[in-house]
Amino acid sequence: MLSDGRFPAGGYAHSGGLEPTVAAGRVSNAAELEQFLVGRAETAGFVAAVFAAAACSMASRGETVALAGLEAELDARFPSSELRAVSRTLGRQLLRAMSTIHPHPYFSVLAAAPHQPMVMGIAAAAFGLDSRAAALAILHESVAGPAAAAAKLMPVDPFEVHAALARASARLDRLSEAAAAQAEAPVCDFPSLGSPLMDIAAEHHKRRSTRLFAS
Amino acid sequence: MHDTPAKSKERALRIGIAGPVGTGKSSVIAALCRGLSTEFSLGVITNDIYTDEDARFLRSEGVLPGERIRAVETGACPHTAIRDDVTMNLIAIEDLERDFAPLDIVLVESGGDNLTATFSPALVDAQMFVLDVAGGGDVARKGGPGIARADLLVVNKIDLAEHVDVDVDQMVADAENARDGGPVLALSRKRPETVGHLCDWVRQLHRAYIGGTHTAIDPGPMAPHSHPHPHTTDH
Repeated sequence: MLSDGRFPAGGYAHSGGLEPTVAAGRVSNAAELEQFLVGRAETAGFVAAVFAAAACSMASRGETVALAGLEAELDARFPSSELRAVSRTLGRQLLRAMSTIHPHPYFSVLAAAPHQPMVMGIAAAAFGLDSRAAALAILHESVAGPAAAAAKLMPVDPFEVHAALARASARLDRLSEAAAAQAEAPVCDFPSLGSPLMDIAAEHHKRRSTRLFAS
Repeated sequence: MHDTPAKSKERALRIGIAGPVGTGKSSVIAALCRGLSTEFSLGVITNDIYTDEDARFLRSEGVLPGERIRAVETGACPHTAIRDDVTMNLIAIEDLERDFAPLDIVLVESGGDNLTATFSPALVDAQMFVLDVAGGGDVARKGGPGIARADLLVVNKIDLAEHVDVDVDQMVADAENARDGGPVLALSRKRPETVGHLCDWVRQLHRAYIGGTHTAIDPGPMAPHSHPHPHTTDH
């Protein structure tokens, strides 16, 4: 439910960087889209998954101080101020939705506009899920969002898009296991995988006068 | 502080303005702001499809201070943003209400969509649906949830009727028919008395909202299907 594209937390307004990437001519067919999705899962998706897994574990163990400390560490992993802001906007929306869907005291630890992986991790804990499930939920969301946006951004067969998502499932399982393992390490050792073109694309996108997606 | 749902009466009256592209939703909002901003503390949320064009139009009209007009980007899904997933709009409204407290009325403009788009009762207390004569005199007859059951149906740009061969009286009569007598307002920004009627409708609605006598009505999704044959069982 948490990673369902129809979950009412406003995720549908974002393309996960696909719109500016298509506009720049770096993705123009199904094969390139698949590479884009893999790249997103292995970089931004994996970093988000480690933080979601850590937030889930800490919330389950009641470690509220450590939980609050995760925010600054994740902030430091967004070179693009725009992507940092988008992550907090999506986190705020997810928190707003969860306040009615499944309220939980863990959420009160978070700031008013927390990062999306933090909210996802705590939401997973609130539903009694483990850290691997939290990681998988946000990994799935990180590729399913741009995959859904692809239909509006490029001439691509939606069945082929979903075939690419199906082929990615083993990768997402592997990444979520790795994320859950990494999440037990000290926070300063969490991965900080970069994708510089995505950072640049996000900053360009913010300045475009017409666009379909907010990011 | 976290975002939490505000109970009605503790917050502004929220009015949605829906209707197809180009029928004059932004102009209706501009007219309301001009007519009501001395009596009420107002805020506006626009929902655009490609950009923040509508918010910029309203700011350029100078009808409200620019910071009271905010745009929500809907990811090419204007329908979703006002009906299935209203989180972005709720947060935008709640931010406006907090930043300019106390607000009396928030106007929420939907992105121009088709005849089926209506606001969720989770987002607004009342809604108006805007058509225009230039879209054709028969549109009102076609019905749909917004036309049939919005709190008010506006037939806009009636000053153009003679140029597009539309009989305004007939169009209004068709609309009243489609709405079982629900209110229909013929409007033109070039005819001040019609703008006055529009503002009066909002004043009356606000009085009912404050007095606790306004009941939110959900126009609902598409009208129930009908069969050409009688049902043998209930469903």
